[in-house]
Amino acid sequence: MQRFFAARSILGNAVKTRRSSFSSLSSSLLFDDTQLQFKESVSKFAQDVIAPHAERTDKTNSFPKDVNLWKQMGEFNLHGITAPEEYGGLGLGYLYHCIAMEEISRASGSVALSYGAHSNLCINQLVRNGTTAQKQKYLPKLISGEHVGALAMSEPNAGSDVVSMKCKADKVDGGYIINGNKMWCTNGPSAETLIVYAKTDTKAGSKGITAFIIEKGMDGFSTAQKLDKLGMRGSDTCELVFENCFVPEENILDKEGKGVYVLMSGLDLERLVLAAGPLGIMQACLDTVLPYIRQREQFGRPIGELQFIQGKVADMYTALQSSRSYVYSVARDCDNGNIDPKDCAGTILCAAERATQVALQAIQCLGGNGYINEYATGRLLRDAKLYEIGAGTSEIRRIVIGRGLFKEQ
Amino acid sequence: MNTPSLFISGGLNLPPPEIKICFCSLFFYFFSFCCYRAMKILVAVKRVVDYAVKIRVKPDKTGVDTQNVKMSMNPFCEIALEEALRIREAGFAKEVVAVSIGPSQCVDTLRTGLAMGADRGIHVETNSSFLPLTIAKILKSLAEVENPGLIFLGKQAIDDDCNQTGQMVAALLGWPQATFASKVVLDKDKHVATVDREVDGGLETLCVELPAVITTDLRLNQPRYASLPNIMKAKSKPIKKMTVQDLKVDVKSDIEILEVTEPPKRKSGVMVSSVDELIDKLRNEAHVF
Repeated sequence: MQRFFAARSILGNAVKTRRSSFSSLSSSLLFDDTQLQFKESVSKFAQDVIAPHAERTDKTNSFPKDVNLWKQMGEFNLHGITAPEEYGGLGLGYLYHCIAMEEISRASGSVALSYGAHSNLCINQLVRNGTTAQKQKYLPKLISGEHVGALAMSEPNAGSDVVSMKCKADKVDGGYIINGNKMWCTNGPSAETLIVYAKTDTKAGSKGITAFIIEKGMDGFSTAQKLDKLGMRGSDTCELVFENCFVPEENILDKEGKGVYVLMSGLDLERLVLAAGPLGIMQACLDTVLPYIRQREQFGRPIGELQFIQGKVADMYTALQSSRSYVYSVARDCDNGNIDPKDCAGTILCAAERATQVALQAIQCLGGNGYINEYATGRLLRDAKLYEIGAGTSEIRRIVIGRGLFKEQ
Repeated sequence: MNTPSLFISGGLNLPPPEIKICFCSLFFYFFSFCCYRAMKILVAVKRVVDYAVKIRVKPDKTGVDTQNVKMSMNPFCEIALEEALRIREAGFAKEVVAVSIGPSQCVDTLRTGLAMGADRGIHVETNSSFLPLTIAKILKSLAEVENPGLIFLGKQAIDDDCNQTGQMVAALLGWPQATFASKVVLDKDKHVATVDREVDGGLETLCVELPAVITTDLRLNQPRYASLPNIMKAKSKPIKKMTVQDLKVDVKSDIEILEVTEPPKRKSGVMVSSVDELIDKLRNEAHVF
């Protein structure tokens, strides 16, 4: 029987659609009809629009330039999933945001990380803490994809110990003057709107932190060289430099001295949404490995018939399914208003560490070919590793959970 | 000279002929314009095995295994629906109705159609698997109820590759048909559609009077993705359930499928060393002549 390859893009590109059929097995447990439809739709979009650029983005270490992915994702209503409808958002919850994040991550880890930083770290923080005036000023363009958002808290000497940040904001007439550096800022090179944390009171420890909204082009604000990273290459990351940068009074997010609450509560939701990133990477590993083990023959038969390979694939599958169940259950809980920092940290701790192992096994399943950069598995491993570090290292996540459990009565 | 009076009384005071013709043609233009604006488009969508799935024949040879297999809307039906939506968006039609015939899961296919932008859906529920002629009879009954100005179908379904339903619907209704459409242009004034058809020799341009049946080919358009706001809106769009009895259709088929088997496995090619050997193989092995 003839099958017509009626792909959505008929430009004759050899896009091998990696839509696997086993996503329908897990999904019926976790999602309702509408969420399944949404997942399907984003999956198609991501595979058609984003996946073709994944390899080149990694090789050239730059975000795709010949297409405007920000705008296309904006047209698909992906940026403002958790933002109110009046600013162009969808007014939905973290479950939908995680679904979108997973499918984009499955197509390209780098694009997903940038997307997560833009839509959750920047947009969602504005939604949760901004005044009406601030939301009206910044959200519409961020949600449409015209502007790119970013968030900066870490410094060269303040990573896990982020509260010890040295970036100062001195009060002056009408605003503040900011001096200091920020490090590892995702989307830093291209962002028009950035949320930056600085110390308004250096003697008050954590209570002296304030969150500011910085705009590209502000006098005294500049970005330094793009960082050359191991993985997530193409998700442009850089150092931010503040030299007597004046920020007006109305650009404070929430209140002076309340920055640490904005920071910590934002981190919980950041961890939840980013936890969907490693899920997508694990799915991408399976998408690559399964067709390979059906095709590759050694000892006269497909290697997928060999027990060792079947064992590896089983481990990969269960790691993915169990992480998925955790992430989406917690997402549902957060949508219902129960945000538990332990679980939010737990989801990304679990998903990220498993993703690294799954990616290692994916390389192993492909054997010698897994070691060749022509295959995606090397990039998947390098991308997966980031999730054990960013949004609080695995060690910090363990402290959040352990300390939380200890403090509970 | 008689002063022209209004045509309302329809009595003795007839206006002079020039005014009458002018009024009639104006009325006809207005009528057809109204018809045009109120035009409904019916799109038939089929739920088939997803094109990316590697299919297997059931061991009892009664058909293809569809258990636990991903199903989706036939790609050519997606193109048909997309074209109908574009016609509605251009202002030539008022409503796009998606219809699907099959088991209860067809509702999922209809929901996809609604999420793409169709206004409402009709599900003709049946657990039997019908051949094109029966489907065509069902669509004819539906057309007599819904009175669409256009019926769009995909040129064929990717599971049976029949390429018959559209043509049969047109014949049963006595409507003109334009199949393998790669371009559709509607003319509001003349109430016709100009369709470019992909035929073996190249492109053929047909002009069909509405109402008509059009079947869509690959290069007609690129179907849109169902965006999240549309997926949410689709939840409140109605899907009407019907049965073949409601439509008074005789579903008895003259055709019975005896057996479904896989094609023979492709053998690897053979290099021949001379023309004589080629002719020998063509005659004695491939039985070409």
